[in-house]
Amino acid sequence: MRWKKLTPYAFLVFPFSLYFIWVILPVFETFFYSFTNWDSISKTFDLVGFANYIELFQDYYFLLSLVNNVKWMIGFVIVSIPAGLSIAMLLDQKFPGHKVYKSLVFLPMTLSFVVIGQIWSWILEPKNGALNTFLRFVRLKDFAKPWLSDPNIVTYSLIAAALWRQIAYAMILFLAGLQGISREHVEAAYVDGANAWQRFWYVILPELRPAMVVAVTVNIIDSLRAFDIVFVMTRGGPFYSSSVMANYMYIQAFHNYRMGYGSAIAVVQFLITLMFIVAYISNILKKEERE
Amino acid sequence: MKKIYTKALCFYIFATVVAIIWLIPFVITVFTAFKTMDEIFLNPNVWMPPSTWNFQNFKIAWTESRMSKYFLNTLIIASVSTISTLALSSLSAFALSWYEFKLKKFFLITFVAGMLIPFQMLLIPVYTFSMRMGLYDKLFGVILFHVAFQIGFCTFFLRNFMVTIPSSIFEAAKIDGASDFRIYWQIIMPLVTPALAALGILEFTWIWNDYLWSLVLLQTDAKKTVTIGLTTLQGQWITSWNIIAAGSIMAAVVPIMVFLVFQRYFIQGLTIGSVKG
Repeated sequence: MRWKKLTPYAFLVFPFSLYFIWVILPVFETFFYSFTNWDSISKTFDLVGFANYIELFQDYYFLLSLVNNVKWMIGFVIVSIPAGLSIAMLLDQKFPGHKVYKSLVFLPMTLSFVVIGQIWSWILEPKNGALNTFLRFVRLKDFAKPWLSDPNIVTYSLIAAALWRQIAYAMILFLAGLQGISREHVEAAYVDGANAWQRFWYVILPELRPAMVVAVTVNIIDSLRAFDIVFVMTRGGPFYSSSVMANYMYIQAFHNYRMGYGSAIAVVQFLITLMFIVAYISNILKKEERE
Repeated sequence: MKKIYTKALCFYIFATVVAIIWLIPFVITVFTAFKTMDEIFLNPNVWMPPSTWNFQNFKIAWTESRMSKYFLNTLIIASVSTISTLALSSLSAFALSWYEFKLKKFFLITFVAGMLIPFQMLLIPVYTFSMRMGLYDKLFGVILFHVAFQIGFCTFFLRNFMVTIPSSIFEAAKIDGASDFRIYWQIIMPLVTPALAALGILEFTWIWNDYLWSLVLLQTDAKKTVTIGLTTLQGQWITSWNIIAAGSIMAAVVPIMVFLVFQRYFIQGLTIGSVKG
C-alpha cells in the first residue's frame, strides 16, 4: 500500500527535476544575485544588501523603462482587448469562409518576434517605408514622422508593431470564449426584443467574463515581458527612450556585465508580474474547483 | 430573408477589410523581397507588386548569411526539444490527472506559474549554469533549456485534456490488473494523440521562433539559429531592405507552412491551452 502511494511521484520525478533545475531554482538564484555585485567575470563577489535596489530607483533609465512598460500595458489592454473582441464577434458569425478569414488574421501569431520586428522596421522606415510613403501619397505629409528615431513616439510605434500579433491572440481567446456561450440565452433575449447591442452588452459580455479575465491577465503579463520586438527594432534606443525593463535588464547584465544589478531589475519586473500571475492562477484554481 | 443578405454582406465587407489591413504588412514584405533596391528607390509605392519578380535577394540572403546552416540547427533544436518535452510532460500530466496525493496542488501551481515567469528572471542563472556544466554554446544546452521550460505549459495543457477522459477507463484497466505504466503507455497515450499533435505543433513553432535563448546560450556562428541569422543579416545589409525582407520570409516560411498544414490543430491547441504567447 505504501509503495502504491509513490506511483504519482515516480511519474513526476524526471519532468519535475528538469523543470526544477532550469526554472524553479533560477528564480531563487536571481533573488540571491540581486543582493550581490557580481560582474560575471570575477570568481568572487560581495554581498551588497539592498544597494542595487536603491540604485535602481535613482536610475533615470530604469524608471524610464518602467514607465514604458506601463505604456505597453495600457496599450495592450485598451487596444487589443476591444479590437480582439470586435474581430472575434465579427468572425464568429459562421458565414461560409469564416475560417479563411480567421486564419488570415491569425497569421502574425505564427511569426517570430524577430520577423515581426523586421517587417515593421521596414514599414516604419522614415524615407521609403510604407507608412510615410502612404501618408505622403494621400497628401498628409505633415503626419509622416521618423517613427523609430523620435524619442517621443518610438515606444508607441513599437507597441503598434506588437499589437499586430497581440490583437490576433486576443481574438483567439475570445473566439474560444464565444464557443461556450449558450445559444438559448442569446435567442431568448432576441425573442424578448433585445437589439443586437443589448444582446451583446447584457447577455454575451457577462457570459464572456472568464475569457475576458484570461485575455486581460495574459495581455498584461505579455506587456510586462516585452523584449524581442524592442531589442530587434531599436535596442531600446534612441538614448533608452524606448527601453523596457526586460531590455534594460539584458543590456545591464550581458553588455555591461552587471549581473547583480541586472538581477535586481529582473526581480522588480518579476514582482510586478507576480500580482497578475497570482490572479491568473487563482482563476484557474476556481475553474478547477467548479469542475 | 432580405435581412440575412444584408447581414452576410456586412460580414463579408467588414471581414475583408480586417483581413486586408492585417495582411498589408506581410504583403509589402513579400513584394519588397522580390524587388531590386533601384526599384524601391525609384518607385516609392512600396505596396505595388514588383515589376519583375527576381529571386536574387533570396539567393544573397541564403548564401551570405549561411542560412542553410542556421536552418539545420533550428530544425534540430525545435524537433528534438518538442519530442522530448511531449514525452516528459505526458508523464507529469498523467500523474496530475489520475492520482490524488498530498502535493498535487503544489505541483500543478508550480507548473502553471513557471510558464508565466518573465524570462529575465531565469536568464542569468541559466547562463551561468550552462557555463559551469559545459552546456554553453552547444545545441544540446539550448535543447535542454527549452525542454525544461516548456514542461510547465505542456503538463498543464495535457492534464487539461487527460482529465476529460472518463475515469471508468482507468478503473477498468486497473481491475484487469494492468500496471500504472502500462495504463499510461497503452491506454491513455493513444487517447491523447490529438492533444499531443496540437501541442507538438504549437511547441515546434514557438521553439523555432525563439530568439532570446539562442542569443544567450549560443556563441559560435556555426551553431546559431534562424532568428539570430536574420538579425545578423540585418546588421550586414543595414539599408538593403529587399535582402532583409527575403531573409524574413525565409525565417517565417517554416512556421507558416506548419500553420497552414496543421491549422486546425494549431488553433485548437491555443484554445485548449489558452494561456501562452
